[in-house]
Amino acid sequence: MTTITQGHAAQDHAHDSHGPARGLSRWLFTTNHKDIGTLYLLFALVMLFVGGGMALVIRAELFQPGLQFVNPEFFNQMTTMHALIMVFGMIMPAFVGFANWMIPMMIGAPDMALPRLNNWSFWILPFAGTILLSTLFMDGGGPAAGWTLYPPLVLQSGNSLAFAIFAVHLLGMSSILGAINIIVTVMNMRAPGMTLLKMPMFVWTWLITAYLLILVMPVLAGGVTMLLTDRFFGTSFFQAAGGGDPVLFQHIFWFFGHPEVYIIILPSFGIISQIIPTFSRKPLFGYSSMVYATAGIAFLSCIVWAHHMFTVGMPLAGQMFFMMSTMLIAIPTAVKVFNWTATMWRGSLSFETPMLFAIAFLFLFSIGGFSGVMMAIAPVDFQYHDTYFIVAHFHYVLVPGALFAAIGGAYFWLPKWTGHMYDETLGKIHFWLSAVGVNLTFFPQHFLGLAGMPRRIPDYATQFADWNAVSSVGAFLFGFSQLMFVYIVVKCIRGGKQATAQVWDNPEGLEWTVPSPAPYHTFDEAPLIK
Amino acid sequence: MPLNTLTLARKAVLAGTALLLTAVLPAHAAWDLNLPRGVTSTSREVFDLHMLALWVCTVIGIVVFAVMIYALLKFRKSKGAVAAKFTHSTTAEVIWTILPTLVLIFLAYESAPALIRIEDTRNSEMTIRITGYQWKWQYEYVGQNVSFFSTLAQTSNEARQLDSGLDPHQVENYLLEVDRPLVVPVGTKIRYLLTSNDVNHAWWVIDLAVKRDAIPGYINEGWFTIDEPGIYRGQCAELCGKDHGFMPVVVEALPKAEFDAWLASQQAPAT
Repeated sequence: MTTITQGHAAQDHAHDSHGPARGLSRWLFTTNHKDIGTLYLLFALVMLFVGGGMALVIRAELFQPGLQFVNPEFFNQMTTMHALIMVFGMIMPAFVGFANWMIPMMIGAPDMALPRLNNWSFWILPFAGTILLSTLFMDGGGPAAGWTLYPPLVLQSGNSLAFAIFAVHLLGMSSILGAINIIVTVMNMRAPGMTLLKMPMFVWTWLITAYLLILVMPVLAGGVTMLLTDRFFGTSFFQAAGGGDPVLFQHIFWFFGHPEVYIIILPSFGIISQIIPTFSRKPLFGYSSMVYATAGIAFLSCIVWAHHMFTVGMPLAGQMFFMMSTMLIAIPTAVKVFNWTATMWRGSLSFETPMLFAIAFLFLFSIGGFSGVMMAIAPVDFQYHDTYFIVAHFHYVLVPGALFAAIGGAYFWLPKWTGHMYDETLGKIHFWLSAVGVNLTFFPQHFLGLAGMPRRIPDYATQFADWNAVSSVGAFLFGFSQLMFVYIVVKCIRGGKQATAQVWDNPEGLEWTVPSPAPYHTFDEAPLIK
Repeated sequence: MPLNTLTLARKAVLAGTALLLTAVLPAHAAWDLNLPRGVTSTSREVFDLHMLALWVCTVIGIVVFAVMIYALLKFRKSKGAVAAKFTHSTTAEVIWTILPTLVLIFLAYESAPALIRIEDTRNSEMTIRITGYQWKWQYEYVGQNVSFFSTLAQTSNEARQLDSGLDPHQVENYLLEVDRPLVVPVGTKIRYLLTSNDVNHAWWVIDLAVKRDAIPGYINEGWFTIDEPGIYRGQCAELCGKDHGFMPVVVEALPKAEFDAWLASQQAPAT
């Protein structure tokens, strides 16, 4: 893609006077993109276990028919909070963490363009997360109407709804600020010579993601604000009794919600596009078609939202439009999968842990893509809609999709961040446990959905017992294997084999031209890109 | 040796999984894998479309995964593979953009007529109004002066309480039984009008391939024609609060004469 001349970056670690502050104030007041990236990633890791714990409550209850552990009210709070925490508290912050750490280093910038804003966009998160979680301990419990917050059901929530909505506002604000920062950084701070079409794919995917965020987060904020006034101030935006329209909220929500899916998956595509060429020892195949495919997906993602709503009773023409536009998304997505495969073709492959996660992503994300095409077909979606088939589908794209990309990315860049190699053997064991666990959890859910099990139910008819038991066993295996990841990360931070600047075999990109660990300040002088 | 540890670990995982699987296999296993074909022309059409899409995806999946697996096995550094230098191929990229496009056009072409038929409620022979409540269904036979509620059967309701101590496996049609099913005639195009009295619900019977949301302030319509007498079970499919999982749908399809007799008995003044 690009030929890189190493700048003076490697000597930057001599600037000791610019080192980090000591103690807590380093983390509270930091404006350093690496520190903030670390904070984001740690926050995401904590939330992975909070949201994962909720998933295990759900899977424990669903292990066998009958209610054994929780009542239906609490079960509904768990499904709702699990989704909100995982989407807004875990996977989105994780990718912003990667963006913070890697984008300045990849484009040869000394830091993010707006460092104080950067600090603020992170520090909103712990407060938002705490407010959201605190609703579980309030009178009436946390939100229980599903993460989609559909009225009129959500309007039956207790006063804690106000806190949940406020938390969503804050999380959205944090995302918007982060997105602004990323756009300004990428647009203004690229090293001389790095034209847009020389940027690494990860930067490209994040640039497009950031625009999507700015487009749709305000829409969500507007939607939930209308919920707030409906619930507490007597308006009737969504209440039929007052002349409002419950379906309007669904349109608003999914106008945000569908691009949101791609806000999560595009940075994953970016990470995969960095990992696969590195361990194939071959440049990314079809770089420009990858960029166009990413932009194409982002555009299409804004005109397909009502495929989440085929059963609400849309006019025939509307169903036709959303069916066909949804199918179109499969084309750029297929192009991406083919390009990754072509990158590996006639390469020189090795299978370090990041590559294992990337390969698993390739296979398992494709499975999620296939079920996505099936569900695009509106007449058949009447059968799939709101069953475990859709649960299987979106978990395939979000867990072995987005989460595997994030974990793979963490292994990929950990040596650059910490200066130590992680334990490869443990990493591989972690991979295999995760891969087995994730398939055991989610593959049987396809069968459950097709056999007729609705989603979001705490108890089920006995013919669904067997696959549910398998799924629960898989979930516990998957959940507990993630403790290994924590152990591996901690071990890598504390020590291990010294990593070289390149870390891997001749990888491409500016981040590999600076020493490992990356010095506190990199690229005080811009590197030259030919 | 790291390699040995790894192989051992993999074996241990596999063995453990197999053991766990054996442990949870009950005697009365019901390992359903697929959609049922159902008992309406729509459900069969939908089933065929589902199988078509499934096979298209399976074939594409096998081809793509085979290429990936071949690449993973063949181009290994450990086997001395040397990386080629190519970075793009316009021909290949054009081909693999056009191919999926053709497949999708084919799928859309096959699906569109089904969607048009599903939405065509003309020429229906009777109309039933279905209203969702938290957490039961109301059925009204429009113009027949028959109307009743349908709620979860008592046996299921007792067994589903937290720590009830009752074994769901011992309850017949656990969670899929109601006190009064919706009774309909076979071979009759039945139009349903669907709405809700409180929050969103969705009326779903998999064997009829009918799933539609019941939304307050909206009246959604659809239709079904059942071919075979029988009892068909479904559930509410849209989260509607704490007892969302406990408001099943049961449809009993009777031969026309029996249905007429049943309807007459319902219309008779209560004694």
